[in-house]
This record gives sequence, C-alpha cells and structure tokens, in this order.
Amino acid sequence: MNNAKQGPLVHIVKRGALPRWKAWGIRLIAIVAALIVCAVVTMVVTGEDPIQVYATMIDGAFGTTRKAWNLAQSTAMLLGVSLAVTPAFRMRFWNIGGEGQVLAGCLAAAACMICLADKMSNGLLIAVTAAASIAAGAVWAGIPAFFKAKWNTNETLFTLMMNYVATQLVAFFVIVWEVPKGAGKIGIINQATQLGWLPPIGGNKYLLNVIVILVLTVGLYVYLNYSKHGYELSVVGESERTARYVGIKVDRVIIRTMLLSGAICGVVGFLLVSGTDHTVTTTIAGGRGFTAVMVSWLAKFNPIFMVLTSLLLAFLDKGAGAISTNFGLNHSFADILSGIILFFIIGCEFFISYKLSFRKSAKKEADTNV
Amino acid sequence: MEKKTAAVKMRNITKAFGPVLANDKVWLDIYRGEILALLGENGSGKTTLMNMLSGIYFPDEGEITIDGKEVVIRSPKDALNLGIGMIHQHFKLVDVLTATENIILGLEGKGRLDLKAASAKIREICDKYGFDVDPDMKIYEMSVSQKQTVEIVKVLYRGADILILDEPTAVLTPQETDKLFAVLRNMRDAGKAIVIITHKMHEVEELSDRVAVLRHGQFIGDMLTKDTNAQEMTNMMIGRPVELNIERPEPVDPKPRIEVKDLTVRSIDGVIKLDNVSFTANSGEILGIAGISGCGQKELLEAIAGLQPTESGSISYITDSGEREELLGKDPLAIADMGVTLSFVPEDRLGMGLVGNMDLSDNMMLRSFRRGRSLLTDRKGPRKLAQTVVDELDVSTPSISTPVRKLSGGNVQKVLVGREIASAPTVLLTAYAVRGLDINSSYTIYDLINRQKKSGVAVIYVGEDLDVLLELCDRILVLCGGKVSGIVPGRGAKKRDVGMMMTKLGGNKADE
Amino acid sequence: MFDIVSFFPRAVMQGIPLLFGSTGEIITEKSGNLNLGIPGVMYVGGICGVIGAFMYEQSVPSPADMNGFLAVAIPVLSCLLGSLIMGLIYCFLTVTLRANQNVTGLALTTFGIGIGNFFGGSLIKLTGSEVPSIALSATSGYFSKSLPFAKDLGWFGTMFLDYGFLAYAAIIIAFVSAYIIKKTRVGLNLRAVGESPTTADAAGINVNRYKYVATCVGSMIAGLGGLYYVMDYACGVWSNDAFGDRGWLAIALVIFTIWRPNVSVLASILFGGLYILYLFIPTGTHLYMKELYKMLPYVVTIIVLIVVSLKKSRSNEPPASLGLAYFREER
Repeated sequence: MNNAKQGPLVHIVKRGALPRWKAWGIRLIAIVAALIVCAVVTMVVTGEDPIQVYATMIDGAFGTTRKAWNLAQSTAMLLGVSLAVTPAFRMRFWNIGGEGQVLAGCLAAAACMICLADKMSNGLLIAVTAAASIAAGAVWAGIPAFFKAKWNTNETLFTLMMNYVATQLVAFFVIVWEVPKGAGKIGIINQATQLGWLPPIGGNKYLLNVIVILVLTVGLYVYLNYSKHGYELSVVGESERTARYVGIKVDRVIIRTMLLSGAICGVVGFLLVSGTDHTVTTTIAGGRGFTAVMVSWLAKFNPIFMVLTSLLLAFLDKGAGAISTNFGLNHSFADILSGIILFFIIGCEFFISYKLSFRKSAKKEADTNV
Repeated sequence: MEKKTAAVKMRNITKAFGPVLANDKVWLDIYRGEILALLGENGSGKTTLMNMLSGIYFPDEGEITIDGKEVVIRSPKDALNLGIGMIHQHFKLVDVLTATENIILGLEGKGRLDLKAASAKIREICDKYGFDVDPDMKIYEMSVSQKQTVEIVKVLYRGADILILDEPTAVLTPQETDKLFAVLRNMRDAGKAIVIITHKMHEVEELSDRVAVLRHGQFIGDMLTKDTNAQEMTNMMIGRPVELNIERPEPVDPKPRIEVKDLTVRSIDGVIKLDNVSFTANSGEILGIAGISGCGQKELLEAIAGLQPTESGSISYITDSGEREELLGKDPLAIADMGVTLSFVPEDRLGMGLVGNMDLSDNMMLRSFRRGRSLLTDRKGPRKLAQTVVDELDVSTPSISTPVRKLSGGNVQKVLVGREIASAPTVLLTAYAVRGLDINSSYTIYDLINRQKKSGVAVIYVGEDLDVLLELCDRILVLCGGKVSGIVPGRGAKKRDVGMMMTKLGGNKADE
Repeated sequence: MFDIVSFFPRAVMQGIPLLFGSTGEIITEKSGNLNLGIPGVMYVGGICGVIGAFMYEQSVPSPADMNGFLAVAIPVLSCLLGSLIMGLIYCFLTVTLRANQNVTGLALTTFGIGIGNFFGGSLIKLTGSEVPSIALSATSGYFSKSLPFAKDLGWFGTMFLDYGFLAYAAIIIAFVSAYIIKKTRVGLNLRAVGESPTTADAAGINVNRYKYVATCVGSMIAGLGGLYYVMDYACGVWSNDAFGDRGWLAIALVIFTIWRPNVSVLASILFGGLYILYLFIPTGTHLYMKELYKMLPYVVTIIVLIVVSLKKSRSNEPPASLGLAYFREER
C-alpha cells in the first residue's frame, strides 16, 4: 500500500469554546484518572488495597473534628497565599516569591511580638503587629516590582531569590532571638503572657483565620472583576502597549499590584505567627508560595474557584500525610501524589482547548490493504 | 499556454477552522513559466489554500497532484521536497540570525556549519536574478524589502521552482515593487511557476499571465489576464458590481488645528526617527502621510498622541477660538485632561488599540473606565456603546461579549474606529486604517473618515497604498527617512512623483 | 589570611552541580522551553544514581569485589534514565499537550523533590541506620577518584587536577554544548526553534522533535549534577533535602551567563565560591553573621539580574519564544 497517500494519522484541531460544564467534566475525569494512577502507585509501594488507601486519606483529612479544623487551617493559609499571588498573575507578573513575602510578614510579626510586648497595651500591640506584617510583605514584593516596572528585570527569578534572602534573614534572627541561648530556635513567643496573640473565637484558634481569609477571597474577587484597579491590571497583563495607549501608567500599576500581593502575603504571615504558631521558623511558610502558583492557575485565577482548588491540594497533602504515617512511608509521598495529580490536571487542559481528529478512513484503508 | 500540463493540480480542497469553512471544494491549476494571480477579498481563503500547498495546514478533504503524481503534503519540508516554496506575508525569519543563517536554516548537510560556502552560493543566486542582499547582515537590521529579498532567496536556495508570494507588495514602495516584479518576470522566464496572492487589481493587470478568483472560500473561476479587466475581476471577487471610486468632498472652512514645529524624535537606540518635522493639520481636512514603512510615521502619530518621548520641537493644539495649547511632553491622560479630544487608531489594532482577549464592551471601556468617582467600574455605558457600534457600523459578531480577537480583521477595525470616533474628537489620527481589510470594509472605513472630515475634524491619515492616498486626502505630506520630503495637494498629484519623494528628499526636484 | 588553595577547590566542587544544571537548562531554553522543573530533575538524577549504586553495592558480597567500571556505569546510567523520564514528562505536558510551562515546571519540581526524599527516606529505612542519611562510600570512592599524581603537584595539583571525573565531564559538556549551539547545523536549527518556531517549522525543521530532544538531553545533563553532588561532593552520603536550592541557582545562572554554557564554567565556580564563602569569612563569636553571609549567592543573583536588565542589547535577550507553546495551525 502506498503510505504517501495518507495524511497524518492523528490530527490536532483547536476547538471553539467548550460549554463550561463540559470543561469541568473533563477536569473531573482527569482528577479521577489521577486518583486511579495514584492508587496504583500506592498499591505498588505499600501493597495495600486502594480503597483502604483512600479511606485512610479521607480519614486523615476529615476523620476527627481536630483533623477537619487542621485541614480548614491548611486550606485557609494556602488559599491566602494563592489570593496574594493572583493579582500579579492576572497582570502576567510571575510572582513565585509568595514564600518570601509570607516569611517577611512572619518575621515582622515575630519582631513586634518580641520587641514591643512590654511597651504597649495588648490591643495596640496586635494592631501594630498586623500593620508591620502587612508592610513587610508589601515591601518584600515591592522591591522586585520596582525593578520590573523601571527596567523590566526578570521577576520570576527575582522573586525566587527574594525567598532565599528572606529565609536567611529569618535564620539570622532566629539565632539572634533564640531562647534559650544555643537552642537554635525561638520557641513560643510570650507563652506566659500571650501578648500579641490573636484571641480564639469561641475557643477555636483557627476560626478567625478562616474568616479573615474568606473575607479576603470575596474582597479580592470584587477587586479583580469590578474595580477600576482590577480592570487596569487586566489591561496591563494583556498588553502593556494598549495600557499606555489609553493612558494607564504601567509602572505604577505593576508596583501597586505587587504591593497588594505582598500585603496579602503579609496578612497570611501575621495570621500564622500571631494567630496560630506564635513562633517563627525558616520553614513556617511551608512551600505554600509554590503550591499557591498551582492553586491559582488551576482555578483560572478566579478567587472563588480557588477555594476549591486550595481545598483539593490541602486535602491531598493531609491525606497523603496520613497514608505516610499509617503505612510507614515518609511524608514526601504526599509530594509524589500531588505531583501526579497536578500532571493530570495540567495535561487535561489540552483536551479542553483542542480536539483530536483521527484520519477518517484510516481504519478502513488499513483493513483493505493488509 | 493551454497546451501545457499543470505543474500543480488542486482538486476539491476543503478546509474548516472550527465552524468556519475557509476553503470549500476548491479547484486550482498552476503552470510553469507563468505568473498566476490568486485574487480574492480578505477571508476568501487565498492564503489558507496556499498554506495547504506549502504544508502549513493539512486539508480536511481533497487531492493535490504535482506533475501528474498524487502527493500528500504533511509539512513545509514535504512541500520543499516537492519544489514548493512560499513567501509569507509575515516573514518567517529569525530576527537575531544573519541572512545566511536564515537561508540555510533546516537544510540537511554536514554537522559543522560552512557559512562561507553558503554565502558564496547566495551571492551566485543574487547575481543570477538581480537581487541585492548582504548575507552577513542580521535580519533585525534590515528594511522590509531586504527581508523580503532574503525570503525569496531562501526558497530559491532550496531549489524551489513553484513559488508562492502572499501579498508581496503590501509593504513595498512603488520603486521596490517595480524591482520585485522585474525579478519575478526573470524567474518566470527561467521556467518557474509563480503564484502571487493579492487583492490589488492594477498589480494583477501589470504582472500576471493568468488570474484565479476565490470568494468566500469557493473557487469562482480563472481566465487569462489579457482577456479580462479590473471591473470584471472586482465583480467576481465581490459577487456583485461595485463602485470603485472614493468620495472626496471639498474641505469646509479649514482652520489650523495642530501645528507641529521642528519636531525631532530619537528611538531608544539613539537613531533619529523624525528630523525637524514641521507641518500644520487643518480642521475639516484629511492630511495624508506617505512614506516607506518605518520612516517616522509611527513616531509622528505617537508623538502627537503623547505616547512618544521627543527630543525637541513643539506640537500646538489650536482651539476654535485660536488659543494655543502645547501637547508636547504630555501623556494621553494629561492631554485628555486639557479638554482636547484626540482619537488615535493605531497600526497595531490588537496589540495596542484593543485587547484581543477582552470582549467588545470591555474594549469600549478602555477609553471611559476612569469616569466617575466610584472605585468600581461602570459597565452599562460601555455595553450600550458596544451595541451602538455594532448596529451602526454593521459589525458582524455573535454578541457584544465575544472576545475581539475572534472577529475578522475588518470587524476588529470597525470596533476600534467606532470607539475612537464615539468620543466626538477634534483630531483623528489613523495609521494604516485599511491594512488587511477587504474592499467592502475598506470603503466603510473611508466613509467613516470622510464623515469625520465633514463634521470638522482634523484627520491625519497614514497610508501605504498611494492610489488611495491620492484619491482620499486633501493634502499629502511625504516623509523620507524622518524628514519632510514635501507636502503636495491630493488633487492632481502624480503617483510617480510622490513615489520619488518617498525615496529621495524632494523627489525629482532635487536633481534639477 | 584568605586561603585560596583550599577555597578554590571547594568553590569548584560547589560549582560543578550548578554547571551541570545551567548547561542543561541552557540547552532546554534554547529550544524555547523554560523548564522550572530542573531542581526536581536534579533531585531525581541524584536519587536514581543512589538507588543504582545501592543495588549494586548490595549485590556484591563486599566492597572489595566491586568492579570499578560497573560501580560507575550503573549509577550514571540510572541517573540518566531517571532524568530522562523527568524530561519526557515535562515534554509530553508542555510540547505535546501544550500546557503552561511555568506551572508544569513547578509541579515537576514538587514531584521530583518528593521522589528524591521519598526514595531516599525509604532507603535510609531499609539500611536501618541510626542517622537520617545513607552512605555509599565504596561507590563514591570510584566517583571521586582523581589523578594519582595530583597531590604531588603542590597547589597546582590541588587547584586544578584533584577532582573526580564528573567535574571534568561537566566542563567538557559545557564547552561542547557551546560549540554545538554556536557552530553546527543542529545548533542553528535549535536556536531557530527557540527564537521562532513558526519560522523553523516553515524551514522544514521538526519543531517538536527538537524541543523533545533538547529538553531531554538538558534534563539528563542536569541530572548528572545531582549525581555529582551525592557521589563526589557529598562523598556518597544522601540525606533528604541536602541538595537544597542549587537547582534554582542553576536556573539563575542561565540568565547570568546570557545563555552561553562556556561562560557558565566560570560563573558556576564563582557562584560555588559565593555559596561557601561564609565558611571562610571569620565571624568570631558572632555565629549568626554566617546566616547573613549565606545570603550572598542570592543577593548577587539579584544584582546580576538587575545589571543584565539595565543594559539592553539585542544579543542579550532570551530566546524570543521562551515559555510559549507552539501550535502550527494557530490562527
């Protein structure tokens, strides 16, 4: 048979817009497929039956009230950082420095709690701590933004390096403030006096965090979609030339948006230190700055959808953590599972934007020519 | 000629992009030793058809035969192996590489590059057909016409004997066009098959041996050029008889509106883009700007619009009551705050004038979103304006919430012009307002511009098609290398003279 | 007081993993793929080498029975295989499925670090050791074997000849890559793919194949960096998270060297030096100052980024289509 007569076997065609339910259907299928692959991987590694494995995951995430609150806290903190990076992403500013911006906020909060505790009333201390955290996060994001706006300095690597600078800064202060000397850590700050600690609502120390983050979610949704600022930053993201053409001051928008990004990271840092951890370590941000990029992207930069995607990733983390403990694996297993699931979700976008058309007569021709 | 066997036969070629049928069972024959003009409006499927011949797209249905043998062209490489080379409208060249590197790109051969041997072969080809190109020059240092030359040499280097040129003259001066046509005739006489895609009638008449017409993706017919005429071809293209004249009303009560004095502009690299440019644009008049592409038109318009940093000179806006206000050194926002309504239709519609991913009403908002003190945007006004523009300018779009990048070129331009004139401007700047538009859309735009002129707006029209400039404008300012080569009245000016002024300061007069 | 003879070799040994990483990433980026998964790839390269070496060490009765060739070849091959798979995952997602490169890269890094730490942790458990690390000193012995006479040549030998073979391999690979990119047909085609895939495609270059090959070869080279780190620099000791952020620094080096692997040879050593400089700066009793000195490589990277962005020039630009997916029929 003459091969040259045939066109390519599989042909890729761009599709028009899919109805929303179909697109979400494809994503759901991808997640299910990913879970199946994860189950197989887990089975190979642990030898357990997959249903058991997923039961463990669900139990690990929602099993008890305490676990559920833990999950809510993780979700809220992850969502917080994701909200923070989203305005920058809408502007096509690849801020992967959420980690450093949160750390800067944490460090500022800890500094206030340590240095100012005996100098003012508790209420004022909390207010000052909050303001300092927000300012620190904003400054940390503002520096790369300034250089991006003035000289178009590569923001991806700049913000990334700022993460490590922040980590070292925290490491430095951890030793400066270590209690007791030589311990290499700060320990719980103001444990006896609880000065600068956010008060628990109804005895639940996570509830306040969750509420603050949910308010931020709604606020950011409105800001991005309905405010003049939100409109400006979308225009800048789509085309800087168009923005200049209609008189938008691009550098100002870049800096303003990144200050907002950093400020929200600062809020998260404040909640982490004043609200829950009452200490600061180099790993307090826990890689959320990176996970947030994926949360935000998976949700198509929509703050409301981000509630779901951050819940998904936080669930995976907690659930895989439970698998690790129950089956005696180390916690990094969670990263592997998250990785696999992310690959599936990332990959499935292809099937939303494109469709495969197989050569119509391929099979028939093959049959007649055998 | 009728005796020849066709080098290329395309039969029943069909290609769809989503729901749009770009080619519908098209037939086409291409012969060696002949120049075929493929004629059709924008969106009629000419480029799509040729892209399938050159392997960019793959047809959904249909057969292609080359020299009587049925072939399948899966990729540009397949096409080149069959001797088919295409020169695209948007040049396919890598900017940071040299001409030689671009020309030998993708060729098989020994691992180490031998640029010297390649340069020698390139010089040989240039001498044979009369090209002028420096093999060691980087593409980003070249003019448009030099880039086009590199493209043509590239396909010849690869031994192509079926050449397809997609609107090759769109970016050339009349002189450059003449040179190109001479080269194309040389190649035809050397036995190559040449297809040029165009919608310019006079080029078809001047250059081609045969013409084939497409309309709405369908093949309408082909005939020998000598047996037909412009009116007949246009009617075939449009599908009904069309009036080919542009209206030009006499200016009513023209008064100076914009006065530019000794304007000098440098690019970021320090190259002089505008050199002591002075002129006046009057209200109720269309001032055309002619020139080879890239000799200061863009900088001139952007300087007036407040988008281009300037070195020296002044730009005054003169109100109806004769007061002067300086525009130089102000950004678009500051100019608007002075109460000057200045509208600007830039060359790059989707990269500057509009946001491709936003819908019609959001694009309307670009000009108006700052209005009001509220922190939130007003969406009702822009939506109403979008609907008005769609209705009045007959924009074909599924709805006003369709992203503008999904619209065709003509409709995109209508949306942009519609928004810009909605603010009732006193000055209207347009850059290449009809580039890439089909005849119908072009005439709609001329009409809109004329309406603005009649209502007393000072219009500055930067164009590339000299025929249109001569028919539409009241006065024409010719730029040459950033300097004013001369200002001629639109009525009575000769195309050849203007062409000379574009390439040489003052045109012929400089020789006398 | 500054002891250059002992400082320089340590800077080189710190720099070699960065050199592998940046050479790999340069080749990848030249094809228009911005692989932010390199840190993960390097982890995988390291752990796969460790697994290979571990299995081999377990399979022979005693370290004395080990065959020198196999002791080197098995870890190297398993390292290359592991990194290749990582490269393939990245390519399948970004080239075949045209996914967002930034997100894919970050996910790949999460995944790769997870793989490294998970298998590392499991092996540590298998060996039942007290400390949270696994030592493969026998294999490492083969990797860090230097020229026998190096030590006899005084400071010259110590500074230039006293390294394991992978260090020289890194430098050779960097120079060969630079030559290929600049002077050969394949290199020209590769540059065209990264600058303008449409043009390359129209010129008959198989864009997807170039992207795949460049990214996979790049990944394999980067993976060797992870292997070098464990087997030579760390003397065969794998401990979780020890590799740290070197992958990110390798990516930063790409911009620092303006996409030139030959420049990367010197730049990597410079960065390696910055990385360990804190050990050589006397701090007296103020030990916490060391934490500030550890900032140096990052701060210098930031300064470099700024300086590079200040002087704009056409030849200093990244490949024009970096980070973008290519689809021939895009309209």
